[in-house]
Amino acid sequence: MKKSCLLTDTLCRPSTASHYSAAEWDLLLRQARAANLLAQLGVRLEQCSEQMEIAHSVARHLRSARLIVKRQNNAIRWEVSLLQHALHDLAVPVVLLKGAAYVLADLPNSNGRLFQDIDILVPRPALKEVENRLRRWGWRSTHNNAYDQRYYRRWMHELPPMEHAQRRTVLDVHHSILPLTARLHPDPRKLIGNAVAAPGNEDIYLLSPEDMVLHSMTHLFHDGELENGLRDLVDMEILLQHFGKEAGFQTRLCERARLLELTRPLYYGLRYVERVFQAPVAEETRKTVSSWGPGWLLGGLMDFLFREALQPSHASCTTAATSLARWLLYLRSHYLRMPLRLLIPHLIHKALVKKGDNEIEIPKALRKIIPDADNR
Amino acid sequence: MKPLNLKQGKIAHLLRNDGVRIQIGPFAVSLRSRLRRVAEQIAFFYADYPRVAEDAFVDFHIQINNPTGLRHWIRPQAIFSFDGFAPFKPLPEDQAFAMFEWGLNWCIATTAHQYLIVHAAVVAKNGQAVILPGEPGAGKSTLCAALVSRGWRLLSDEMAMIDPGGLSITPVPRPIGLKNESIAIMKNYADGVQIGPPVTDTAKGTVAHMRPPAESVAHADSDAQPEHIIFPAYSAGADTQLERIEKAHGLTRIAEQSFNYHILGREGFETLTRLVSRCPAFDLRYSQLDSAIARIDALIT
Repeated sequence: MKKSCLLTDTLCRPSTASHYSAAEWDLLLRQARAANLLAQLGVRLEQCSEQMEIAHSVARHLRSARLIVKRQNNAIRWEVSLLQHALHDLAVPVVLLKGAAYVLADLPNSNGRLFQDIDILVPRPALKEVENRLRRWGWRSTHNNAYDQRYYRRWMHELPPMEHAQRRTVLDVHHSILPLTARLHPDPRKLIGNAVAAPGNEDIYLLSPEDMVLHSMTHLFHDGELENGLRDLVDMEILLQHFGKEAGFQTRLCERARLLELTRPLYYGLRYVERVFQAPVAEETRKTVSSWGPGWLLGGLMDFLFREALQPSHASCTTAATSLARWLLYLRSHYLRMPLRLLIPHLIHKALVKKGDNEIEIPKALRKIIPDADNR
Repeated sequence: MKPLNLKQGKIAHLLRNDGVRIQIGPFAVSLRSRLRRVAEQIAFFYADYPRVAEDAFVDFHIQINNPTGLRHWIRPQAIFSFDGFAPFKPLPEDQAFAMFEWGLNWCIATTAHQYLIVHAAVVAKNGQAVILPGEPGAGKSTLCAALVSRGWRLLSDEMAMIDPGGLSITPVPRPIGLKNESIAIMKNYADGVQIGPPVTDTAKGTVAHMRPPAESVAHADSDAQPEHIIFPAYSAGADTQLERIEKAHGLTRIAEQSFNYHILGREGFETLTRLVSRCPAFDLRYSQLDSAIARIDALIT
């Protein structure tokens, strides 16, 4: 991609950082923090640590970020073990998705990645049973207004997010990877059918490598909230590189995309991973996917939109075009989610009903030193 | 590094443009703000602090401004942002400076995991540091303010930053936050105590900050070794009592006051184990500052 920023340049070629000035390091860390990629940056820089000396003031931020990821991953493993405990005797396959799956599979992207929620996929017929069981074990439904409950349960591919009453962890229970009303219909039974057992954990499953890559692409390019777009693209790059070590991976990926009706997300995924990170795509794969893209007019527009939207969410990288692109892609994702006869009433409802507060919750320990206005 | 000591007009200009860059303990902070109140108080509280060079690396890029929206015209608010990310809800504009202090606490406590960070004041005399953990209602800040106005060195009013390796404490001397009755008590407690304008109706009641001693700010780059842990507990009318407590008990109580014990994990536990082995821990019950200080003075050799 033509438009470049310090963060993407450095992620592609970490060794160039060896001659960065203090001001460049400053900007680099700001962009990485805003893009949720600080720990990932730390991982990449460490890989070429012999060629450069990182100033102590910079290194301590990178180390802290990696430490937080390490603790998060411990906490995720613990949380998954509790999930397994709650669900194992239902004899329902429970498939971990996204962040938690990367952690359990110990994939190389997991040591640089922060995320919020745990996502699981279960067969739709077992949904009620799983939800009831989770309730008994302390998870409770959020979004407790009639409209949201109905919206999720009737049209979406997941239950309203559940939160554990004591641990406050959030769990998304999916029965598919795209809404029921979406344009694309990847059959969740095929995904579950190909799932593999998580290493060292017989009751918890992960998507097969091909499906895992396709899901990450589908999530970003068809269902997208793009604030963490660059982070998600980094996932794809690492997963492609990691799984690509096995012969024939890209061929299998294409076959699987055809079977799951996910050829378009694969086209976009490979295109932008290649453009942003110069990741190698085999000639044969390129030939296969070339017919899966949009026409030249739409293709040109999508190139523009994604080039903008995949910038780090930092003031030095984002412009009015970035916000516009993200907004248009947000509309597009809704358009892809459901037909207009459902979408228009939904957007009107959302526009009229006041949005909930989006502020993060201040951790309990920190409230001692940070009074917030609500505590009065 | 040269001190920030600039006229208020110049500080206001910097705050509106590229930002004022201040070295606060081990952290380089850049602050931008269009609010007059912030310029006034930065000029008052941070005059002695070193200025960070324009092209240097900065740890925290902070902004405090009015949030956008109609509210601005009715009852102005201020919002804290850490490089574009706003972790808290806006507060009334007269709390803008306090918000900077609280927000900086948040930045440090959520990113500086090179230290084990404990909610505590730290003061030192003859190079021997005393940790005063801040259990609720302890009067930690008042006691800390009283100690530093009687010649103790201020390392920190709000957080003890302990090196997990050598246990040394990195100073981060900053304005001392005082609440309610403490403000009047400290005003009359010693000569030379300088207190900023009080702000009423905050979540903590009325708050005001006390200027840290210039001497402590000048020595912000030299670490100190912790020698004692004292859990202060203000109790109206009580006689001063200093009672030794058991190591294990001290460890769990100090762990409860840590912001990042859970992130450091085993390293955090081992650090605290070594800390309580090195430093005797005490409960201090007091109502009279002078007699409390005398007891603490007596611990120092």
